[in-house]
Amino acid sequence: MLKGEIALVTGASRGIGRAIAMLLAEQGATVVGTATTESGAAGIGQALTEVGHQGMGLVLNVSDQASVDAALAQMTEAFGAPSILVNNAGITRDNLLMRMKDDEWDSVIDTNLTSLYRLSKACLRAMTKARKGRIINIASVVGAMGNAGQTNYAAAKAGMMGFTKSLAREVGSRGVTVNCVAPGFIDTDMTRSLPDAHRESLLSAIPLARLGQPEEIASAVAFLASPGGAYITGETLHVNGGMHMA
Amino acid sequence: MSSVEDRVRKIVVEQLGVKEEEVNAEASFVDDLGADSLDTVELVMALEEEFETEIPDEDAEKITTVQQAIDYINAHQA
Ligand SMILES: NC(=O)c1ccc[n+]([C@@H]2O[C@H](COP(=O)([O-])OP(=O)(O)OC[C@H]3O[C@@H](n4cnc5c(N)ncnc54)[C@H](OP(=O)(O)O)[C@@H]3O)[C@@H](O)[C@H]2O)c1
Repeated sequence: MLKGEIALVTGASRGIGRAIAMLLAEQGATVVGTATTESGAAGIGQALTEVGHQGMGLVLNVSDQASVDAALAQMTEAFGAPSILVNNAGITRDNLLMRMKDDEWDSVIDTNLTSLYRLSKACLRAMTKARKGRIINIASVVGAMGNAGQTNYAAAKAGMMGFTKSLAREVGSRGVTVNCVAPGFIDTDMTRSLPDAHRESLLSAIPLARLGQPEEIASAVAFLASPGGAYITGETLHVNGGMHMA
Repeated sequence: MSSVEDRVRKIVVEQLGVKEEEVNAEASFVDDLGADSLDTVELVMALEEEFETEIPDEDAEKITTVQQAIDYINAHQA
């Protein structure tokens, strides 16, 4: 279904990004997945090639412009410019606002939001020229609902949604779509670090009464990337077991 | 090799999807050739590629007609 497409997935060393990279590759795309370390990148490359998929791992720090430029140059040299960009890399630095440190605020905004500015800009030239492209940003239910202790994270994730709508308007005439997928509570390292009591109370607010799996986010991304998703742009697709109904 | 003028005209025709005879020297990309703001950005990118040069944003803003594009390239080519 994605034969001939070239996908860049940031933060593909584990969790949701890993599942996205594997599914896009399974559907025929050539996939470059990124990690912040050499060993992480090697692991992605191995995971892809082990099962006969086309692609590789690269080192990328989304909060560093020089790193973005270098990764894109390497990718373009190896496979060509991306026709699918998945901005998935993200971090949390939770704290009540009254206790939040400048670096907790700054690093979350930079890694989760400013990264969209850097990556999208770097990929758009080739996409508008090709009159075809998909940009898919992994937001969060928290960007729509808010969450105590996550003012930084919620601001970044809601910011992604506004960015997405604006860019969708800018480049729609060039056949490039821009969307968000907003996961709810997904079983990854990010949520495993939450205290048990917090997990229990979150679960009680989910009609489907379980955490989501990374693969369930990946399938939403693959849908938006596929020909079947061509007429959807500027949208946020919520995948959260009913925790939030927009 | 064709002249700078011919190459610029060819790019304008391709990028803006207009007829060659419409692309006279004084034609304004926006007012006469129907370009929108994204078209003008793409046009400048295409010029950069064709002539292997970088056109800074401040300069790009001043290139609004076919003749201005030709003059800019002529002035900045090695
Ligand atoms: N899990 C959830 O419940 C949930 C819910 C809503 C939204 N999300 C969003 O989904 C995305 C993925 O979450 P996850 O749970 O899969 O996270 P995760 O398991 O913590 O993985 C995060 C990924 O991002 C990468 N990364 C972190 N900082 C980076 C940087 N500066 N530059 C490049 N890559 C960086 C990590 O690379 P390394 O391995 O090299 O550190 C890793 O691959 C995030 O945007 C997150 O906000 C998650």
